[in-house]
Amino acid sequence: MNTVNLVYFSWVRERIGKGEETLELPAGIVTIGDLLAHLKTLGAEYEAALEHQNVIRAAINQEHVDHGEPIAGAREIALFPPMTGG
Amino acid sequence: MDAPVTVRVQREDFDLAAEVSALNRGRTDIGAVVTFSGLCRDEAGALNALELEHYPGMAEAEISRICHEAVQRFGLQGATAIHRFGRIEPGENIVLVVTASPHRQAAFDGANFIMDFLKASAPFWKKEHRADGSAGEWVSAKDADDAARDRWNR
Repeated sequence: MNTVNLVYFSWVRERIGKGEETLELPAGIVTIGDLLAHLKTLGAEYEAALEHQNVIRAAINQEHVDHGEPIAGAREIALFPPMTGG
Repeated sequence: MDAPVTVRVQREDFDLAAEVSALNRGRTDIGAVVTFSGLCRDEAGALNALELEHYPGMAEAEISRICHEAVQRFGLQGATAIHRFGRIEPGENIVLVVTASPHRQAAFDGANFIMDFLKASAPFWKKEHRADGSAGEWVSAKDADDAARDRWNR
């Protein structure tokens, strides 16, 4: 088991219904893409939040990463929609 | 001396003149200062306010990375970026960028670069509060903003 701290923002946060959580991940989840696919199996709220998986942006330890990025050693993984600041 | 980079993410408003003075104070080597302010517009009366959510920690870190890259790339003598969060009403400030350089082109380009990367990469999200009381929507990201960033070809 691998423990990860997840944080969610904007409509990802709203649809999942929480801003952060700590999850135990089963073996075999290597990348951000694997993590997204796993989260979608956790319930309808995750399915709704992550339905369009390719638009979801991710950050590991507060730096942007692609979906192919390995998550090993991540202290904090953030998932959020495209940004709209400025 | 190293070009000073100041980045703040804050709820309260900022004072454009004070930020220019802070960047300029005690210096005689700066020949050009460019400021950009982004404001909340009312969308022809349809918008009551924007609610800006951000990722604390990463917001500061990402804007700081962008400003340092701009300083390197354009040879800026200093850069300041301030981004507000929370509820912001039409007419209020959202974001400020100040750049300084010996000649104008670097300051203009630096401010432009910082804003293009900030819009596409700084972790902020805007939600609308509509004047008609209907449920506010999250503002959609624009392809044009990604294109504006990508034209810098780094």
